[in-house]
Amino acid sequence: MSAPNKSFDPVEVEALKPEEIARMRDEALAAFAAAGDLAALHEAKIAHTGDRSPLALANREIGALPPQAKADAGKRVGGARGEVSRALKARQEELEAERDARVLVEEAVDVTLPTDRFTPGARHPLTTLSERIEDVFVAMGYEVAEGPEVEAEWFNFDALNFTPDHPARAMQDTFFVRATDGGGAAKQDAKQDAEQDAESGIVLRTHTSPVQVRSMLDREPPIYVVCPGRVYRTDELDATHTPVFHQVELLAIDEGLTMADLKGTLDHMVGALFGAGVRTRLRPNYFPFTEPSAEMDMQCYVCHGESVGNPDRPCRTCSSEGWIELGGCGMVNPRVLVACGIDPERYSGFAFGFGIERMLMFRHNVEDMRDMVEGDVRFTRPFGMEI
Amino acid sequence: MRIPLSWLREYVDLPAGETGRDVQAKLVAAGLEVETVEQLGAGLTGPLVVGKVLAIEVLEGFKKPIRYCQVDVGQANNTGEPQNIICGASNFAVGDKVVVVLPGAELPGGFKISARKTYGHVSEGMICSASELGMSDDHDGIIVLPPEHEVGTDAIELLELRDEVLDIAVTPDRGYCLSLRGVARETATAYGLPLRDPALLDVPAPNGYGYPVSVSDPVGCDRFTARTVVGLSPEARSPIWLQRRLQKAGMRPISLTVDVANYVMLELGQPLHTYDRSRISGTIGVRRATPGEKLTTLEGVKRVLDAEDLVITDDNGPIGLAGVMGGANTEIADVAADPTSGESVGTTDVVIEAAHFDAVSIARTARRHKISSEASRRFERGVDPEATSAAAQRAVDLLVLLAGGTAEAGVTEVTAPSGPRTITMSADHPDRVAGVAYGRETVVRRLQEVGCDVYGQDELVVTVPSWRPDLGAPNDLAEEVIRLEGYANLPATLPQPPAGRGLTERQRLHRRVGRALAGAGYTEAPNYPFTSEEILDQLGLDSDDPRRATVRLANPLSDTEPVLRTTLLPGLLGALRRNDGRGEHDLALFETGLVFRAAATPDEVAVAAVRLPVDRRPSDTEIAALNTALPRQPRRAAVVLAGTRERAGWWGKGRPADWSDAIEAGRAVARQAGVELIVRQDQQAPWHPGRCAALLAVVDGQEVLVGNAGELHPRVIKTLGLPERTSAMEIELDRLERATPGPVQAPHVSTFPVATRDVALIVDASVPAADVETALREGAGALLESVRLFDQFTGEQLGAGKKSLAYALRLRASDRTLTADEASAARDAAVATAVERTGAVLRGA
Repeated sequence: MSAPNKSFDPVEVEALKPEEIARMRDEALAAFAAAGDLAALHEAKIAHTGDRSPLALANREIGALPPQAKADAGKRVGGARGEVSRALKARQEELEAERDARVLVEEAVDVTLPTDRFTPGARHPLTTLSERIEDVFVAMGYEVAEGPEVEAEWFNFDALNFTPDHPARAMQDTFFVRATDGGGAAKQDAKQDAEQDAESGIVLRTHTSPVQVRSMLDREPPIYVVCPGRVYRTDELDATHTPVFHQVELLAIDEGLTMADLKGTLDHMVGALFGAGVRTRLRPNYFPFTEPSAEMDMQCYVCHGESVGNPDRPCRTCSSEGWIELGGCGMVNPRVLVACGIDPERYSGFAFGFGIERMLMFRHNVEDMRDMVEGDVRFTRPFGMEI
Repeated sequence: MRIPLSWLREYVDLPAGETGRDVQAKLVAAGLEVETVEQLGAGLTGPLVVGKVLAIEVLEGFKKPIRYCQVDVGQANNTGEPQNIICGASNFAVGDKVVVVLPGAELPGGFKISARKTYGHVSEGMICSASELGMSDDHDGIIVLPPEHEVGTDAIELLELRDEVLDIAVTPDRGYCLSLRGVARETATAYGLPLRDPALLDVPAPNGYGYPVSVSDPVGCDRFTARTVVGLSPEARSPIWLQRRLQKAGMRPISLTVDVANYVMLELGQPLHTYDRSRISGTIGVRRATPGEKLTTLEGVKRVLDAEDLVITDDNGPIGLAGVMGGANTEIADVAADPTSGESVGTTDVVIEAAHFDAVSIARTARRHKISSEASRRFERGVDPEATSAAAQRAVDLLVLLAGGTAEAGVTEVTAPSGPRTITMSADHPDRVAGVAYGRETVVRRLQEVGCDVYGQDELVVTVPSWRPDLGAPNDLAEEVIRLEGYANLPATLPQPPAGRGLTERQRLHRRVGRALAGAGYTEAPNYPFTSEEILDQLGLDSDDPRRATVRLANPLSDTEPVLRTTLLPGLLGALRRNDGRGEHDLALFETGLVFRAAATPDEVAVAAVRLPVDRRPSDTEIAALNTALPRQPRRAAVVLAGTRERAGWWGKGRPADWSDAIEAGRAVARQAGVELIVRQDQQAPWHPGRCAALLAVVDGQEVLVGNAGELHPRVIKTLGLPERTSAMEIELDRLERATPGPVQAPHVSTFPVATRDVALIVDASVPAADVETALREGAGALLESVRLFDQFTGEQLGAGKKSLAYALRLRASDRTLTADEASAARDAAVATAVERTGAVLRGA
C-alpha cells in the first residue's frame, strides 16, 4: 500500500472535477448519438472509450488523489464510464438492427416467381382407385390375390360354371389366344384359322374371377381375398366401352356366410369410398358362378336420390335415377366350390365384382372412357399420388 | 322382351290406376330387369279419326307426286264436309279408309296440326303413316284401314295408340319371361293376384290321323305337335288389335298366318312354325343333318349344314333348321293377285309345328350359322315343353277365327317320355343362404307361387314346374324364395375374417415403384397390351430376340395389332408420341404391367384345350400342366422421356432429358427393392448402341440382367416419329424382386470428424468411370465412407483419347479422429489400386 499522496497537484486534478467528468460523458453520448452507422460509431467508440479517451485518461488521475478524494472521483468517473458504455452498447445494437433490417430488405425476393423446375409426376387414377378399394378390404383382414391375364379357359370359365356353350364363351365377347404358339411361326391367314385357334383353351381373362378360382385351389378355408386386375372383352373403344378394363372382385368363403354378410360387406365398402350412410341395393340377376345372384346398386352419393322425379334438381352423376349400378354379386354357386375342391355342405361364400373405370367415371366425373386409356398427362396429373 | 301393359292386364287384374312405372318397380324387386317403360302416345292429342278417301287429284310439277285429296271424316270436323288434305304418299286409292289427323291435334314429338297452305292448296290436316303416329318405324306410306271401320271413329282408341310398354332385359336363366305368360306369372306373384294362364286351353287328345311326323332324334326333339288348318282365306288380314300387339312387342305384322304364329309365341313363349301344306311332301321328320347337306333359310341364305344341326325334313330333304329358322322352300306364300281372275291367291292350308328342342343343340346351331332368331333365343334359354299342344291349339283357334279356316281333326303328338324334375332341400336352406329366418311356411308358399309342388317337412321334395329348366339345385330354389321375399329386405351383417397380414412384400414393392417414379416426375400411362410384329421390327429387334416370342390372338380387335406385348416400350412410346402430338413436349411417362412371352411348347399348350372336369378339384398335376400351357407373364416397369427434364426459368437454363435420366429411373426403381444396380455398357435394341446400359442385379451370388436403359437409337426415333433424344428404361420387377436383400442392417454412425481428399485421375476415355470408382473404393479400404465422381473433362492438355475424372473421397474412422497422415495414406492406397487396375495417372502428381 502506497503512502498518502502529499504532493497534491491542483492542475493535474482539474480533469477529475465533476463538471469535467460530466462534460466528457456528455461529449461521448453526443458522439454516439451522432454516429450514423457502425463505422462512425466505431470511431466514436475509440475516441470516447479507448485508452486515450478523456475518461480513460481521467481515470488514471484518480490514483494521484488523496484517499478522501479518491473514492469520490472514482465513483464519479466510474459512473460516467458506465453510462458511456451502456450508451455505446445501446447505439451499437440500434445501428446493427438498422443494418440487419436493411440487408433483409435488400435480400427480399419476389416469392410469386414460378418454382416449377421439375414437373410433378402422377399415378394413374385407375391404379390408385383400385388400391384404395383394396385397402378398404385389407383393413378388414382380406388378402390381395393376383393372377395371370392370359388364362386357361378352365379357370376363366369351366370352374366358374360356364357351360361349354355359354354365350360368353363366344368369340364376340372373349379374346382367344391362338393355339399355335406364335413364336415366329405366324400364319398369314389368321381369319381362316381363327375358329380352330379359338379351341386353344387359352383366353385373355374376361374377369378377375379366375383369380378367385386360383385362390380357392391354393388356400384352405376360411378364404377372404380381394382380386384386382386388368381384364379383357372384345368391345371396341368408345366413350363408354374399352376392350381392356379393370375390375376389383371380392371372394369370401367360410362356414355360415350368408347374403346378409354380402350385403353388409357391400355397405361397408360403399360407405368407406363414398361416405357413411350411402346405402346399397340388391336386385336379382343371373350369373353362372353365383346362386343366388344379384345386381348391386349404390345410392347416388351426390344427390342421395333427391333428383328422382325432381326436374328442377337434375343429377348428372346418376342421371336422376337415384341409384348407380355398381356390378354383380351373389352367393358362390356350390358347383364352383366343388370344382375348386371345397365342400359345399360345410362352406358357403359370397363374391362380388365391379369395374373400376365405371366407378372412376361416376366418382370423378370422367366423361369419356378414352381419357382413361390414352395416357394423356393432362388427364392423369391432377390425380397425384392417391385418390 | 317388350310387354304392353294393356296386354298384360288380360292375364292379371291389376288395380285400375296402376301405371307402368308401378309395375316396373314391382317386377324389378322380383328380379326382372325392366329397363324402360315406354309411354306410347305420349304427346298425342286428337282429333284423330277414320276417314274415307272420296277423291284424289294428283298435282304435277313437283319433285314427287303430290295428291290433293278430299276425305270424308263424318262429323269429326263438326261440318260433315269433306276435308281437303295434301298428301305425299300414294299407297291408297279412292274409297280406302285412312287415318286423318285434323287441325288442333298434336302428334308425338310436339308436332301441332293446323290448316296451312302447301303446294298451292290449303291442307286441312294430314293423312297419317304408322311412323307419324309412333306405331312403328314403318315408313311404307300411310295406313290403309280395313273397310269395316266407320268414318269419324276415334282412331286413337281404334289403333290403341295410348299404352305403356315395359322393356325387360331377360337374363339367360329366365327364358319363360320371354312371353306374356311368364311375365304375367311374375306380375301376379308380385301383386299377390291370381293368374289367368293363357296356356290352360282345351286341347283335343292326340290321334293317329294328324299330319305324319317322325322324330328320329328324341334327345334333340322331345316333343313335336302338328296341327292342320285348311281353307284359310288368302285375303284375310290380321285385325288391328293383333297387329298393334305385335308392333308394341317390337315385331312387324307380315301376314295373318305369320302374325298368328308370332302372336302365340309372344303370348305363350312357344315358337311355332307354319308350313304351307301344299309345299311339303310326305312325312315331316326331325333328325340331325348329314354333313354337307344344304338348306336355303327364310331370309334367302344358302347354308351348308353340320352333322350336329337338327333339321326338320320332308321327303325331299331339309325344310327348316329346327328351332332356329324355317326354310324358304315351304314358306307361307305372300298374298298376291291372280293375274287372270284378279282374286287373291296365297296359302290356304297350313301345318302348324309346335315342338320342343334341346337348348344346347339350338344354341350351337344358332351360333354356328350366326342366326339369332326369336325362336332360337327362346329355345336356347329354355321353353316350357308342356306348352306345345296348347300353343298349337291357340294358333289353330286364331286361324279359324280370323282367317275363316277349318281345323282338321287330326292331332299329331310325338313325345319322348320325361319324368318331373325334383330337388330335395332342407326346409331351412333358404334361411341359411339368406341369413334370414323365413320359416318353413314362407319357403313352401313362395315355392308354390313359382309353380313348384312341395312335399315334406324338414326335408322338402320340390317338383319344379316345366317352364323352369333353370331350377336344378337347392340354391336355385333359395334364390326364388329370397327374391320373392325381397332382396331389399335382407339385413346387413359383417363377417369376421381371420386377422390379415396386409399386402405381400411383392404387392408393396409394386406400389412403391409407382410412387417412386411418380415422385421422380413420371406420369403413369397404362397402355393396351395389343401390339404388332411390325413395331418389333421398327424397334430393330433381331429375329432371335426373346421379345419376338409373342402370344398371338385368334380374334384381335384390329388385324394391325394381333399380338400381345413382350415389352412395355411400344405402348409407352405410343403414349409419348400422342402427348407430343397434342402439344405436350416435356414428357416423362411410366407404366408397370405384365408382358407376355410364349414359353410353352405346342405339346404343353395343347393341354389347355383338353377340358378338365368340374365335378371335382383337378389334381395338382393337372393344374400344374394348365399353368405350363400359359405364356410367361412377368411384371415389368418402364419409363420413356423426352423434352426437358428440368425447365428453364428465371433461375437459369433448363436441362434436357437424356440417357442418364433413364438409368437413374432404373436405379430409383431398384432402390425400392433395396437393390443397388450394377450398370454396364451394353448394346441392345431399341437403344442407341453407344448410349445403352445393361442394368444388373445380384441374385443368389450371380449377376442377372434385370433391364436396360439409355437413349433410343436415332433410327428408332425417326421410324416411330418420336421426339429427338427420346430415352427409355425397362426393368423386370419379378427379377428385381429376387435380388432383394434381407432386412437392412443399420449402419454404425461415427461421430468423429470426416477427412476429405479429392483426387483427379487421367484414364483412357474407354475406361468406365464405374471401374475407376470400384478400384478407388476397394483400394481405400475400411476408412472410406463414400466416394463420388464430381467432375469429368476431356481436353487438349490431357491428350487425345484421355479423360480426367475427379473424385471426392470422404474418410472416417468409427473410433477416432483420423490424422492427416492416415487420411492421406488411405487416399494413396485408393489411387494406387486405380492406377494398377485402370491405368490411371494421378493428375498433378
